[in-house]
Amino acid sequence: MKPVERRLIRELPALRRHLMCSAVLALVGAGLIVAQASLLATVLANGFAGRPHPSTPLAALAAVMALRALLTWARGLLAQRAAADAKHALRGRITARLQHTSPLRLMAHRHGETATLLTRGLDALDPYVVGYLPTMAATAVVPLTVVAWLVWTDWTSALIIVVTLPLIPVFGALVGLHTARRTAHQWQLLSRLGGHFLDVVAGLPTLRAFGREQHQTRVVGEMAEAHRRATMRTLRVAFLSSFVLETVATLSVALVAVPVGLRLLGGELDLRTALTVLFLAPEAYLPLRAAGAAFHDSAEGIAVAERIFTVLDDKDTPAAPTTPTVPAVQTAQTAQTKQPARTGRVPAPDARTGQLRLDEVTVHYPGRAAPALRQVSLSVRPGEHVALVGPSGAGKSTLLALLLGFVAPESGRVTVGATDLADLDPDQWRAQVAWVPQRPHLFAQSVADNIRLGRPRASDAEVRQAARAASADLFIEELPKAYGTVLGERGTGLSAGQRQRIALARAFLKDAPVLLLDEPTAHLDPVHEAAVTRATVNLMHGRTSLVVAHRTSLLPHADRIITVRAGSLTLPRTPFTQELPVS
Amino acid sequence: MTSHVEAAAAARTRGPRPTVRLLRHLLPYWRRLLPAALASAGSELAAAALLATAAWLITRAAEQPPLASVSVAIVAVRALALGRGALRYTDRLLGHDGALRAIAGFRTRVYEALVPLAPAGIPAFRDGDLLTRLVDDVDAAQDLLLRVLIPSAAAYAVATTTTAVAALMLPQAGLLLALLLTVAGLLLPALVLALSRRTGHAEKAARAELATYTVDLHRGAADLAAYGARGRAHERAHRVGAQIAALEHRKALTTSLASAVVLLLQSGATVGVSWLALHAHEAGALPAVHLTVLAVLALVSFEALAPLPAAARRLAEVRASARRLAELFDTPPPVADPPAPVPLPTDEPIGVDITDLRVRHRAGDPPALDGVNLRLPPGHRVVLIGASGSGKSTLIAALMRFVPYEAGSIRVGGRELRDCAAADVRRVITGVTQDAHVFHTTIRANLLLARPEATAADLREAARRARLLNWIETLPDRWDTLIGGDGATMSGGQRQRLFLTRALLADPPVLVLDEPTEGLDPDTAAAVLADILDATRGRTTLLITHDRAGLAAADEIVTLDRGRIVPVA
Repeated sequence: MKPVERRLIRELPALRRHLMCSAVLALVGAGLIVAQASLLATVLANGFAGRPHPSTPLAALAAVMALRALLTWARGLLAQRAAADAKHALRGRITARLQHTSPLRLMAHRHGETATLLTRGLDALDPYVVGYLPTMAATAVVPLTVVAWLVWTDWTSALIIVVTLPLIPVFGALVGLHTARRTAHQWQLLSRLGGHFLDVVAGLPTLRAFGREQHQTRVVGEMAEAHRRATMRTLRVAFLSSFVLETVATLSVALVAVPVGLRLLGGELDLRTALTVLFLAPEAYLPLRAAGAAFHDSAEGIAVAERIFTVLDDKDTPAAPTTPTVPAVQTAQTAQTKQPARTGRVPAPDARTGQLRLDEVTVHYPGRAAPALRQVSLSVRPGEHVALVGPSGAGKSTLLALLLGFVAPESGRVTVGATDLADLDPDQWRAQVAWVPQRPHLFAQSVADNIRLGRPRASDAEVRQAARAASADLFIEELPKAYGTVLGERGTGLSAGQRQRIALARAFLKDAPVLLLDEPTAHLDPVHEAAVTRATVNLMHGRTSLVVAHRTSLLPHADRIITVRAGSLTLPRTPFTQELPVS
Repeated sequence: MTSHVEAAAAARTRGPRPTVRLLRHLLPYWRRLLPAALASAGSELAAAALLATAAWLITRAAEQPPLASVSVAIVAVRALALGRGALRYTDRLLGHDGALRAIAGFRTRVYEALVPLAPAGIPAFRDGDLLTRLVDDVDAAQDLLLRVLIPSAAAYAVATTTTAVAALMLPQAGLLLALLLTVAGLLLPALVLALSRRTGHAEKAARAELATYTVDLHRGAADLAAYGARGRAHERAHRVGAQIAALEHRKALTTSLASAVVLLLQSGATVGVSWLALHAHEAGALPAVHLTVLAVLALVSFEALAPLPAAARRLAEVRASARRLAELFDTPPPVADPPAPVPLPTDEPIGVDITDLRVRHRAGDPPALDGVNLRLPPGHRVVLIGASGSGKSTLIAALMRFVPYEAGSIRVGGRELRDCAAADVRRVITGVTQDAHVFHTTIRANLLLARPEATAADLREAARRARLLNWIETLPDRWDTLIGGDGATMSGGQRQRLFLTRALLADPPVLVLDEPTEGLDPDTAAAVLADILDATRGRTTLLITHDRAGLAAADEIVTLDRGRIVPVA
């Protein structure tokens, strides 16, 4: 058993129970197999001898076989339930893990493995739990019981089985060892050729754009043909192990049956014993053959288990670089140094009176040459409006992430009033902060529930009021089901400006004293930009605000403009010196 | 030979039968598949015959005849024991070979069906998950052959043969066996098939919901955390997970029932046939040797049926795939070529005139573009600014004849696009599309697809203009570097530059560029845009972007808002 399997069984009570149940059921099953063979042999031997046949053994045989059927049902039922429970438990552990992973890191992984793991990936455990584990239990129990019974009834046949039985795993391992080396370097080629079709189909729009779609028709056929040839080369070797397994098992049955027949000829054996041996011999080999077959199906399950544990053990290690589709957030996404400490549970000070301060703060993402923020100091008075400008990737978004507690400083302190942010319960602190990101996420829920994100119990009237304040009410009412319209990826599509205003409505409804806005007007056309700017300015009124603003429309409303460049802040500048939009 | 399960299943489907249609695509390969099915049936028959012959050998030996009368049986037992493994090996090899050949042919058919649908004809080209599923659907054909048809063929071969042999020995035993085998081999799989379909729906819905929530948990992680809503969202995902587990529990009750029922029928057959045989033997109508053979036949005939419930479940899944593929084959291409296409000029500078253009993605939807008027004078570079969702990519799709326009006109070099062959149009109008793809091959091959006859010097020049050359030259394998696939080898910026190089290499009379600077940092984006405008000087170009920096050299700038063009004052 691999370490992963041991860990899986150790950490999942459902699987432990399952393994124990399987062993017990296999033992009972082995007993029933022996009973069935003896009963059938008795019935037939009696008939052969011309003895009048009482119906009792036949009825007993029927009962035993019915019990075996029942046992099979119970085994399948328990195995599938164990699989469902195990998957549910793992799913729960993965989501719990997500809950305690820095949000920015999760977003960096948004097309990543964990999502697939949670939905489809886990199902690969089914063949392992339902097929492989019970056969393993049966392998340990059934051959032993059968051989023990045979030793008692006919030790010569038992000896043949005892000698040939180990040949199956030995040959299996030998062939496996030989083929593993030969197949290992084939898989890479196979997966490349196998993935070709998906690659071409995904690129079909591009092929059409350049008039190359007809040319590829031939290539698709050729690559599939190459894939077939490579697969067959691999399979010719890979199927050898099952060939050896099958042949050893069936040949052993012949090895048992022929001497038994010859001994019968010589009158050394009675028919009842001979038939019992004939019926039982294949049963001794069956679990090993089944294990061989289940082994192949279980491999993917084990691979998935490995991936699951990698995710569960992952202690905020640097994330792989992702395609920077959202450059502004990219720097913050890439990695998290550490989550803010959760040790302190100091009550959060009131942000309406406390000053926000950054004191010599440095943030350095692992795997990056330069720190994202370099000894930055800043203090923001309650009610003050600060605009952050500067090139993308300069650290503006990191600054907001610091104040949200998404990122912890490597050195220096972030304080609210006199309290270090690291000592606060992040949720308690965030209750006083409203954040409007550059590309807000809309959840697969109704518009109203999306606006209610921070205040799930807000009334419909309050939601409408927030939407009106964010100038979102007009377009929401035009949606098919107005506030009841379900949004999200597969839901109604909204334009970037509309999404932005729903996010602003969220912030209005939350009514928090601190406001963090990340380029709320980026990617908007002039008409939308004006509407969003109006709504944003309304929202900033009376609140401490930090606004990342690339363009001019929000700058006139700032008390102070700070330029962030290469992780450092430069002195406040006067407004209206930013590059002007094309006109 | 084709499975009865299959026929039973198809009978219930209304209208066209997707699985039968899928089979029809695979049928031309029967010459390859038939030997596999025969080998499979042979191997199962050998296993059954091995036990039956051994039973005969033992019972005959108990009568203590001379050795010569059982020597044939001894040889047969040994031969069957060896043959079983060999036949199994042959069956698996032939089966896989045949199935893979069939798949290779089928893939080409699916590809040909997909060509006219890319990218606007089906939603799969907008959604990576759907696309992956589509490709998996094609592979379902392999399962249909290897996991449904061939095992079913073997099972029915064994069931028929054993029944026939039993009937020859004792007709009433044959009858009983036939009856019980029919229940186990036909009725039960049909039931499993029907059940798998029903329980599938609720579970599929729950799984779709979980997938949505999982996306929300990832992409919305920051929003959830900032608004203190993480706990609630996780609870919701957890509830759906529990629901899935509950549904799987319920499913467990029925799925393992099928194999138990097969065993129950097997016990009925064994006990019943034995009872009949014993009576016939007592009456002197059955030789003693046949007694054990009949009992063994009853036992082994059901063992061959064991894979059928699983095959029926698999068939239910294959049917879902077959239905999606049938839909794909039935989807009409969004743009059909006119019967007599008008040729387009390709050499002289061409202008494009768009007037009152209206494009609708689907009938009944509000138009994605309505009343669009845009002029691309020959040799002019026009920049179109629009937010995401404003319809700018739809405009490019209409220009490249990926989507039809329902009203208005697009005239290129004086010809109406409707009257031209779409392939001709794309020889004239092409460039960087929104869904541009990096193929999992070398940089060179990725670029050459835009112009297969391009020389090394052409490649270098295009890469230089797109500012990709420096990067390529730092790579150890340079132009032969493998890219694409996992996509980890390139940054977003390098991807965009690759697309740009491709477009510059294609060098069409009308160049369209959809967001060529997406993913670049603002300074580089501005520089690249300036480079593009410089490189396309004197060339009819439509450049679409949401960014306004670096456009100083453009001949004209317009914005697209809610499907309408608004000039920038």
